[in-house]
Amino acid sequence: MSITLFIEQVLNGLQFGFMLFLMSAGLTLVFGVMGLINLAHGSFYMIGAFAAAAIASWTGSFWLGLLASLMAAAIAGALVEMVVIRRLYKRDHLDQVLATFALILLFSEATRWLFGAFPLYLDVPAILSGSLTLPMGIVYSKYRLFIIIVGILIAIGLFLLISKTRLGVRIRAGESDREMIAALGVNISKLYTIVFALGAALAGLAGALIGSIQSVEVGMGEPVLILAFVVIVIGGIGSIKGALIGALLVGLTDTLGRFLLPALFGAFLDPASATSIGSAIASMLIYILMAAVLIYRPSGLYGKMA
Amino acid sequence: MQERHFNLLCIFFLLAIPIAGLVLDEPYYITLATKVTILAIAGVGLNLALGYGGLISFGHAAFFGVGGYVAGIIASHALNYDPILEWPFLIEGTTQMLILWPLAIVISAFFALIIGLLSLRTNGVYFIMITLAFAQMIYYFAISWPSYGGEDGLSVYLRSSFPGLNTMDGLTFFGICFVWLMFAVWLSSRMTNSGFGLALQASKQNAVRVAAVGIKPFKVQLIAFVLSGAITGLAGALYTDLNRFVSPSVLSWHTSGEIMIFVILGGVARLYGPLVGAAVFIVLEQTLGGVTENWQFWLGLILIIVVLFARGGVIGLLTKEVRNE
Repeated sequence: MSITLFIEQVLNGLQFGFMLFLMSAGLTLVFGVMGLINLAHGSFYMIGAFAAAAIASWTGSFWLGLLASLMAAAIAGALVEMVVIRRLYKRDHLDQVLATFALILLFSEATRWLFGAFPLYLDVPAILSGSLTLPMGIVYSKYRLFIIIVGILIAIGLFLLISKTRLGVRIRAGESDREMIAALGVNISKLYTIVFALGAALAGLAGALIGSIQSVEVGMGEPVLILAFVVIVIGGIGSIKGALIGALLVGLTDTLGRFLLPALFGAFLDPASATSIGSAIASMLIYILMAAVLIYRPSGLYGKMA
Repeated sequence: MQERHFNLLCIFFLLAIPIAGLVLDEPYYITLATKVTILAIAGVGLNLALGYGGLISFGHAAFFGVGGYVAGIIASHALNYDPILEWPFLIEGTTQMLILWPLAIVISAFFALIIGLLSLRTNGVYFIMITLAFAQMIYYFAISWPSYGGEDGLSVYLRSSFPGLNTMDGLTFFGICFVWLMFAVWLSSRMTNSGFGLALQASKQNAVRVAAVGIKPFKVQLIAFVLSGAITGLAGALYTDLNRFVSPSVLSWHTSGEIMIFVILGGVARLYGPLVGAAVFIVLEQTLGGVTENWQFWLGLILIIVVLFARGGVIGLLTKEVRNE
């Protein structure tokens, strides 16, 4: 196995990790601030991808498509928050799980009705297609590198937003004592709508970015949603820093596991069974990682102790 | 209406539908009623952990699927005349329900024990998510393990047998499932009214106080979780026999979500809640599916309305029995 191939896989893992971070950041914020489990977060991912595909094919511009994904997911998020989610904050987790599960059904069917059952495709713009030669002779896809850079920029932006701006102060205050900040005159329901829409927009962006690598289809959000849950549980629910570390950890573990395990088993098994056992275990690896983290730290890496 | 009377009405309807199917010569009704009965058993299992114990498991598909695969794998070995193990001693497959059931129960209970031991260290959302993660682990394992069909699933072309009964007859098989459902309901009613059940419900409300009177909440919750997994595993075994097919989809998180929907739709911590929930769900699925292609949209809408406006589920709505939860 060559070192360049390994580095390429590490980059793939980072790309996957940053995409997961975009997904999990909103989920963990919504949980931290409002105490809400949102299974419908994957639907915003799907909405973003569909909006990007539709606008990009209509206008011919990938960049307008990305913008549309942010807008569409944010609008959908704000609407859903005001109509349904708002009524769930005071309910127990059970009601939240059921209602947001129902929202998945609603969104998936509505999307299928609007766009049909066939997958759409989103083309990578000319400037990002093809590959780039990095130092040490590594040839890597420009577009995947672009996803990594977008991920890093958004991570920095979110940290600045949370730590430096007035909105960030309110979000942090909302996490620790919601009655107090309401008493101090902050419009808490508007704050919640903004946080929810922000999380939805990030998920929509993730969907649009991945839509160019995979196909855009109904139900694309669900596998990613489960991974995002794994990420926030590993990182500690409510912590953006935890979401970032967790996302990179999950992205790298999954990608490298699929790459290394079959080769590892190949050292002492025949190739056919090494591939099947290796890939079976590789697909379970992140869940094993999550279970291990929770056993060691029941509230995740950066979670507050209950 | 009192909840007691409502429950009797439910049993009456459940029995009336397959008989109507027989009279009207619509065997499909019998299959539907059997499906409702089996899913209700899975729900009764989950209700024990989720309703009475407050343990919100989002991974009961694991036990449902493990039970299903145990029944499927052993029966398929017998049908293919292919022993499960030849060395160090010969183990043959079997299609005898009296052997398949205890195995499905014991093996899914064992899975529940392991998952429960690890998951019960956490609580709240972390518990929901870790149970989901364990179920996903088994799901992905089933998909990528090629020996028993992998993603395509495993066909069992003959329904397993029961001494003295013709299980291929739809009504007979419904009868078997119905007896199991009644047994599961009886068991959970006996359990929840026993000292153990009181300790379990107390642990849901305040674990610290339970510990203070000298009962270990962890132990009580673990036992409830294992029993819950075992009952759901049995339902899985019956489900394999109903469809004569088992695939990784029974292990998917959609299955966990659906079992949870049965419990919540019918009414959490109500004895017949899972039966009512499963029946309403299947009837909605069938009738909406006949009217429109986008039936899931309307199902979603109805579910949201139930969550937002009908707390206590269908039974709570119909019996007007007030509960302090």
